[in-house]
Amino acid sequence: MTNSRLLSIIRKEFVQIARDPRTLVLALIIPVVQLFLLGYAANNDVRNIPLAIYDQDRGPTARALIDAYRAADYFKLAYDVDSEAELRTLIENGDARAGLIIPADYSLQIKSGSSAQVAFILDGSDPTAASTALAAAQFIGQAHATAIMSERLQQKGQTAALTLPVDVRTQVWYNPDLASAYFMVPGLTGMILQTLTSILTASAVVRERERGTIEQLIVTPIRPWELLLGKLLPYTILALVNTFEVLVIGSLWFNVPVRGDLFQIALVSGLFLVTGLGIGLLASTIANTQQEAILTVWMTLLPSIFLSGFFFPLEAMPRFLQVISYAIPLRYYLVAIRSLMLKGVGIESLQPQIIPLIIFGLLIMSAAALRFKKRLD
Amino acid sequence: MSTVILADNLTRRFGDFTAVDHVSFEAQTGEVLGYLGPNGSGKTTTIRMLLGLIRPTEGRAEVMGFDVQHDTERLRRQCGYMSQKFALYDELTVWENLTFYAGVYGVNERARLNETLKWVGLVGQEKTRTTALSSGWRQRLALAIAFIHRPRLLFLDEPTSGVDPTARRMFWDLIYALAEEGVTVLVTTHYMDEAEYCGRVGIMRAGKLLAMDTPSNLKAKALPGRAWDVFAEPLLKSLAVLEATPGVTRAGLSGDHLRAITLPGVDVNALHAALGAAGVTVAAVDAVEPSLEDVFLALAG
Repeated sequence: MTNSRLLSIIRKEFVQIARDPRTLVLALIIPVVQLFLLGYAANNDVRNIPLAIYDQDRGPTARALIDAYRAADYFKLAYDVDSEAELRTLIENGDARAGLIIPADYSLQIKSGSSAQVAFILDGSDPTAASTALAAAQFIGQAHATAIMSERLQQKGQTAALTLPVDVRTQVWYNPDLASAYFMVPGLTGMILQTLTSILTASAVVRERERGTIEQLIVTPIRPWELLLGKLLPYTILALVNTFEVLVIGSLWFNVPVRGDLFQIALVSGLFLVTGLGIGLLASTIANTQQEAILTVWMTLLPSIFLSGFFFPLEAMPRFLQVISYAIPLRYYLVAIRSLMLKGVGIESLQPQIIPLIIFGLLIMSAAALRFKKRLD
Repeated sequence: MSTVILADNLTRRFGDFTAVDHVSFEAQTGEVLGYLGPNGSGKTTTIRMLLGLIRPTEGRAEVMGFDVQHDTERLRRQCGYMSQKFALYDELTVWENLTFYAGVYGVNERARLNETLKWVGLVGQEKTRTTALSSGWRQRLALAIAFIHRPRLLFLDEPTSGVDPTARRMFWDLIYALAEEGVTVLVTTHYMDEAEYCGRVGIMRAGKLLAMDTPSNLKAKALPGRAWDVFAEPLLKSLAVLEATPGVTRAGLSGDHLRAITLPGVDVNALHAALGAAGVTVAAVDAVEPSLEDVFLALAG
């Protein structure tokens, strides 16, 4: 037997969505805009830091050091200055973010076999960029020093090249270029599933209350679960379209690999979606106006962004925030979706994420269903 | 005839505010029962309690034989409700609104939908968006929706507020047609003329049901005194005189003359004397039958 009550609600919701093109277009465009914003703007990759060079030596040996910095794409040689004051001004203005000062006796020191000192100055006002630049500057310097050392030994007649006692070879798996987009795109699907879905669902339910149609619906024989399910289904589909959108653009434009099984990605996303819908429903039982509903959803948004590992690594957080993060559903989804997409692992090894997601989904949905009564008071 | 609504000391308080204060009444099959009162007098809250939408703080009620608190779902199936804000979806057309509610009530016969549409006169408007309808048509569509599952009892909450007089009259014709078929209608209004159309009228003020009877009984019994039409010049001076005359409980302008309500002992001579003493030219003082408005003002004032 078909359920005409449920079907009626679903059909009505679809017509309402279709007749409100502005909301529909927004719902389809917001993920794309967010994707491009986060893919480009929220970029932690440090490249082309403008470097000012004050070379007092001007000899070929100093030139070699500068070339070593030029060769790495962390820095670009933006200014060649003639005084320390000039260099300072450039960094103060923000025109240059780093400075390299080579002393006048640099070549001499190297030639005499003693240790030459160069100064490397970094603008630390953006700690993320500075720490990457710092590591790069040190690494380039050391590599250059090792090369000089090796040269000297050869000149002394030692044929064997310099061999370091310990050679640590680092390998970066899954994201060898450490591209931020790899990290951001999978995370963004989670953000969209939670935010957009919960806002749309909450608005759809609260709109009935705002306009007074809820009063009419309550006196009909419709059952609460039919009303809720009928409201949720259209937004579930919309949310899955959004997820698909982000994945396609992410992989085609940002070249984010999708190594895992698509069906499993959809399954885990669908599971997390239950939480997003539940948050929306719960907000709708608290709020009386669409504005209140959106603000209520917003309150869940900030902790989700900051305590889930979406932007900032959980490992870097103080202990008590780490503990709180276990109560953030997005945390589990992010680990799962990043593993599925980037590592290509299967769903079977994601139980520590999937089980909490099921529990959260059930809890939030039950809370919303319990709060939703066919009464006005 | 049987009792379809039984309210027994229904009371609802919101914090310190008593919205409905020990209201008791009965309604019989096929009655058109009016509920007259200003905004905020507790009419809507009473209806909401009768439909189980909000719980009574005190008292109890039965509708169609079902307890409003415990048998809410069964009760609602037999009732139609037209809430104050017409429950129409603006993005939907007339037909979509109707089929939506029909689907929710499990009414699937197309013939029934067409018949309902024809009854309220909306044939040919099926594809019109509800926003494009005038308030009179919106109200008729709302009635069609409330009646789509053919309930035996209809609650209409201020169905005609904001509707022009012609459309109001047409709407009342629909209500009468329903009553003819034995449907009981409880309708709230703040229009005095509409109250006259009802079989019985209840007068609400500040949560209390002050009186409930047929309009003629209310006029005959509920007014503790007599009503007069006073034709005198100058009008405003006469009004001031009447207001100051002992035994006059209420005096007011009524078109080109004055309407005065007096205590039962006051007669035509007493009024003439009072007006004459003040130097007012009196054309006539006629004893008249009180209107429902007089009753309402006397009770509610």
